[in-house]
Amino acid sequence: MPLNRRELIALLLGAPALTIAGCSESPIIPPAGELLGQSMAIGHRLRDGFRPRPAPDAWKEVSVVIVGGGAAGLSAAWRLAQAGFQDYVILELEGVTGGTSRSGSSDLTPYPWGAHYVPVPFAENQQLIQLLSDMDMLESININGSPVVREQYLCREPEERLYFQGEWIEGLYPTTGASDDDLQQLSAFRKEIDRWTAWRDPQGRRAFAIPISMATDAAEVLELDKLSMSEWLRQHGWDSPRLHWLIDYSCRDDYGLATDQTSAWAGILYFAARQPAPGSDHQPLMTWPAGNGHLIKFLTERAGPKVHSNAAVTQITPGSIKPEENATLTWFDTKTNAVHRIRAKQIIFAAPQFLAPRLISGFASARGTEVADFRYGSWIVANIHLSDRPQDPGFPISWDNVIHDSKSLGYVVSTHQSGRDHGATILTWYYPYTDNDIRQVRNALMEASWSDLADVVLTDLEVAHPEIRKLTNRIDIFRWGHAMIRPTVNFISSDARRQAKLPFGRVHFANTDLSGIALFEEAFDHGCRAANEVLEALS
Amino acid sequence: MSEGPMNRAPLVLLYLNVLVIATCGLVYELLAGTLASYLLGDSVTQFSLVIGLYLSAMGVGAWISGFVGDKVARCFIEVELGVALLGGLSAPILFLTFAWVGVFRLVLFGLVFSIGLLVGLELPLLMRILKEQLDFEDLVARVLTFDYIGALLASLLFPMFLVPRLGLVRTSLLCGLINGAVGLWGTYLLRPLLSRRGLSGLRGRAWIVLGVLTIAFIKADSLTKLAEEGVLGDPIVHAETTPYQRIVLTQNAKGFQLYLNGHLQFNSVDEYRYHEALVHPPLSKVKNPQRILVLGGGDGLAVREILRYPSVQQVTLVDLDPGMTTLFQRFPPLMKLSQSSLMDPRVTVINEDAFLWVSKPIENKYDAVIIDFPDPGSFSIGKLYTRRFYRLLKELVANDGQISVQCTSPLVAPKSYWCIVKTMESAGYHVRPYHAAVPSFGEWGFVLASISMDREQLKLSPDLTGKSRFLNDQVLNSLFEIPADLERVESEINQLNNQALVHYYDEEWGSWR
Repeated sequence: MPLNRRELIALLLGAPALTIAGCSESPIIPPAGELLGQSMAIGHRLRDGFRPRPAPDAWKEVSVVIVGGGAAGLSAAWRLAQAGFQDYVILELEGVTGGTSRSGSSDLTPYPWGAHYVPVPFAENQQLIQLLSDMDMLESININGSPVVREQYLCREPEERLYFQGEWIEGLYPTTGASDDDLQQLSAFRKEIDRWTAWRDPQGRRAFAIPISMATDAAEVLELDKLSMSEWLRQHGWDSPRLHWLIDYSCRDDYGLATDQTSAWAGILYFAARQPAPGSDHQPLMTWPAGNGHLIKFLTERAGPKVHSNAAVTQITPGSIKPEENATLTWFDTKTNAVHRIRAKQIIFAAPQFLAPRLISGFASARGTEVADFRYGSWIVANIHLSDRPQDPGFPISWDNVIHDSKSLGYVVSTHQSGRDHGATILTWYYPYTDNDIRQVRNALMEASWSDLADVVLTDLEVAHPEIRKLTNRIDIFRWGHAMIRPTVNFISSDARRQAKLPFGRVHFANTDLSGIALFEEAFDHGCRAANEVLEALS
Repeated sequence: MSEGPMNRAPLVLLYLNVLVIATCGLVYELLAGTLASYLLGDSVTQFSLVIGLYLSAMGVGAWISGFVGDKVARCFIEVELGVALLGGLSAPILFLTFAWVGVFRLVLFGLVFSIGLLVGLELPLLMRILKEQLDFEDLVARVLTFDYIGALLASLLFPMFLVPRLGLVRTSLLCGLINGAVGLWGTYLLRPLLSRRGLSGLRGRAWIVLGVLTIAFIKADSLTKLAEEGVLGDPIVHAETTPYQRIVLTQNAKGFQLYLNGHLQFNSVDEYRYHEALVHPPLSKVKNPQRILVLGGGDGLAVREILRYPSVQQVTLVDLDPGMTTLFQRFPPLMKLSQSSLMDPRVTVINEDAFLWVSKPIENKYDAVIIDFPDPGSFSIGKLYTRRFYRLLKELVANDGQISVQCTSPLVAPKSYWCIVKTMESAGYHVRPYHAAVPSFGEWGFVLASISMDREQLKLSPDLTGKSRFLNDQVLNSLFEIPADLERVESEINQLNNQALVHYYDEEWGSWR
C-alpha cells in the first residue's frame, strides 16, 4: 500500500524531519519534474522468462561482445581499442550508456545522475593514468610516475562544508563545540589511518589501495573484513559521537551502508586508500559538471558506432575453451523488437552479477549460490533546478554540501567546477537507503510518486535552506533499484566474491561489484582485466 | 486693519513660522525617501512610495484639521511638538529599526504617514490663526508663498548643505529641534490665544521635546555608529544592493568614495594615481594600441585612461555587475568623474562573470588587458586570480600584448601579492612587479605581464602629454623599483583547487585590521 506523505518522510528521513515537514498537508511542490529509473519493465520481463524468438538466419559473427555499456564495459572497449583490437560490439540495455555514472544536462549545465568524482590515481595505477592522458587531462607526469592533473579538472576550492548546529562550517568534521576528548579521538583515528597508509607487505603492496587488486592479500589486513566498522571503532575505544558521525557519513557516502553494516576493511579503505602518505591530505579529487558522466561521454565517443543502446541481451551460451565451441548470444532491440544472434569468440559480461544466472546458460547451476551473496543498495538521486542560490549563514556554498542531521548525503553543486558562482544552478542530491530490509524500501521507492519524492527531497533540504521551495523550478528524480554493491561484513574476503571474476566458458566478467565496492576505478580495473583476458585468449 | 490680539511684528514672525514648517516638512519627506532607497535599494520605487504616502497623509491631516474646535492655537503647538519629536527622531529610529528590527517597512511607512498627517495639520491650523489678521486673498497668497519658498529652501539645503555637512541623522534631529523651537516660541507668540490653564504644562512638554532632541543631537555619533555611515565615515549619496554586491557611494567635501561590500574601491581625490598606474604601463608598451580588454573595472575609470590613446578603436569591458556599470552610465557625478567613458561608442560593456567569459574563444586577440578585479576576499573572486584563469587569458592576448593586474597591497599582504606574481609566472607570463602610492589605499601593488620577454624602459605616449597628473617618464620607470620592505616572499601557486590566495589574503588583511 502506498505510504502517505508523513509516513514516507518518516521512513526515508526519520522522525526528526517530521517536525520540519510541519503539519502542512499541501506543501509547495515545484512546478515541473519527472521520475526516472532504470528500464525496469524490460529487466523484469526478462526475469520473468520473456525470451523473444530469433529469426532463423539472423546470425552475425563478432569476435568480442561486451554486455553492458557502463563504466566497466566501456573501459573494456577502451582497453581493446588501445591494444589495436577493433572487432567488438557493446550491447547496452538502456537508451544511454554509463550505468550509475550516467549524467543529464540542461541549458545551464550538465549534471550527474550518479557517481561524480574520481580521486587522482597513485603512480601504481598506470592503466588509469593512461586513460587520463588519452583524455588530455594531464599536464605532465612526475618522475615517480604520478600524474599532474590539469587544474580545471581538480575539485575547485571550497571543496566541502557541513551544516551543523544552524550554520555551515568548512570541512566534514563537526568541529563546533567538539570537546578535547572528541578531538583527541579524531587524532587517534587519524594516526591509525596513517599506520595503515604506511603499511606495506613483503611485495611492497599497500594495505589498502584502489583498485583493490593492487592491495595486499595478507591475512592481517583481510581480517578486518570479518568485523563491522562499528565493532572496529569499539575495539579501539572510540565512542566520540562526532567521530562516529564522520565515519558513518563516509560509509553511507561510498557504500550506502551504516557503520554497523559496513566491513571494517571497506570502512578503513575509504580513508587509507586515498591518502598518499601518512599525515598527508587525501588525494585531490577530479570532478566535472557532469560528474563521472564526463568519463562515460569520452569512452562512449571512443567506441563510436560499436555501441548499441536499447539492446536487451536475452541469452548467452558460454561455449567452452575447445576451439570449435564458440559462445553465442541473443539480443533484441527494445525499440524495434528485432532479434539478433551473434556467434562470438569471447564475451565480456560487464553487467552486475545478479543478472548472470538469468542470462548465461548453465551459470545458475554452476555458480548460482555464490551470486546470492552479492547484495545491492537502493538510492535516490535528485537534480534540483534552482532559479537562484539560497542565502547561507557561515561558510560559502561548496562543491559538496552535507547536512549533519540528515539521512541524505547532501548535495553537490553542478555549476561549481565551471566557476559559475551566481544565479541559477542545479543541485544533485543523494540518498542511499541503508536499512537491511532493502526489499521493503525498494518497494516503497517504487510506489512513491514523483510529488511524494520531490517533497522528501525538499523537506530534507529545508533543514539548511528554509527558502528552498521558493527557489526550486524543477526536480527530476532518479530511482536506483540495484545501484551499488554493498561491502557488508565478510563479503570482500569471501570466496564467492573472489571466484566470481573467473571466466565461465568463453565469458569473462567485468563489473565493479566483483570488487565488493562501487567505484569507477574498480569498474575500470575489471574492464581492463577482462579485456586483457580476452586479448590473451584470442592471441 | 482691525485691532486684533496680535500686532504686525508677530505676524511677520508667523510667516517665518510657515517658512520653517514648510522647510522642515519637506526635509522629513526627503529624509524618509533617501533612507528608504539607501536601506532598501531601488530609489525610484522608494521615493515614489514615500512621496505618495506623505502627500496623502498631509491630505488626511488637512481634513482632520476641520474637526479642531476652538482651541486652534493650542492644537497647533501640540502638533508642532509632535512633528518635532517624530520627525526629529525619524532618521535615528529608521536606522535603528533597520539594524535591529525585522519590520522595517512597517515602521517606515507608519512613520511617514504619521509625520505627513501632522505636517498636514500644521498649515490649516496656522491659517486659521492668521485668518483673524488678514483678508482671505492675502492669507492664501502669503501663506502659500512662504510654503513654496520653504520647499525650495529644503530642496536646496538638503543635498547641498544638510546631508554633506550633518549626515542624515543630524539633519533629522536639527529639523526636529527647529520644529520644537517653533512650538515653544508659539507658546509666547500666541500667548493671547492660549488659555492660562495648562500653559505651563505645554511649555514644560516643549522643553522636554527640545531636551530629548538636543541629547540625541549630541549623541548622534553613537547612534550613527549603528549604521553604515558611521562605518564609512562620510554621508552616503547612493547605495544599492545588487544580486552580486552592495554598492555604496559616499561624498565629503573633497570628493566621492565608492565602496563594494564595505571595501573602498576608489576615492575621487586620488583615484587618478591608481588608474594611471594601472593603465599606462601596459599601454605605453604597446605600439598603437587598438583593441583593449578590461576585466572588472565597472567604474569606467580605467576605460577613461584608455580612451586617452587616439589609436584605440575598441574597448571591451567585462564586469559581473550591471548595477555597477549602469551606475556609472547614469549617475551624473560619476559620469563626470569617468568622463562618461562607458558611453563612448568604442566601448562595449559585457555583464558576465569574467571567468566564464575568458573561456570562450574570440576572433581577434587583444593588444592589452587591464585587470581591475576587487581584492581576492572570497572564493568566487579568488578564481579570477588562478593559474587556470591566467592560462585561459593567454589565448585572448596578442603575442606582443601587455597585461596589467591590480594585486592588493604588497606592504599589507606580501604573500598575497607575490602569490599573484608567482601564479602568473607559472602560467607562462613574463612578469614585472610594480607599485604606486595611492593615499586612500596606501602602498598599492600591480604587475605588468607579457607573453614575450621584454625588459626595456617604459616611455609614456606623447598622447598623454598634459593629461596625466601622476605619471611622467621618470615616475613611470620608478614604479618598477622595488623597495626593501616590498621584496619578494615565498608563496604557493594560486590554483582553483587550493585557492591559496584567498587564504593568504584573509590572513594578511585580517591581522592588519
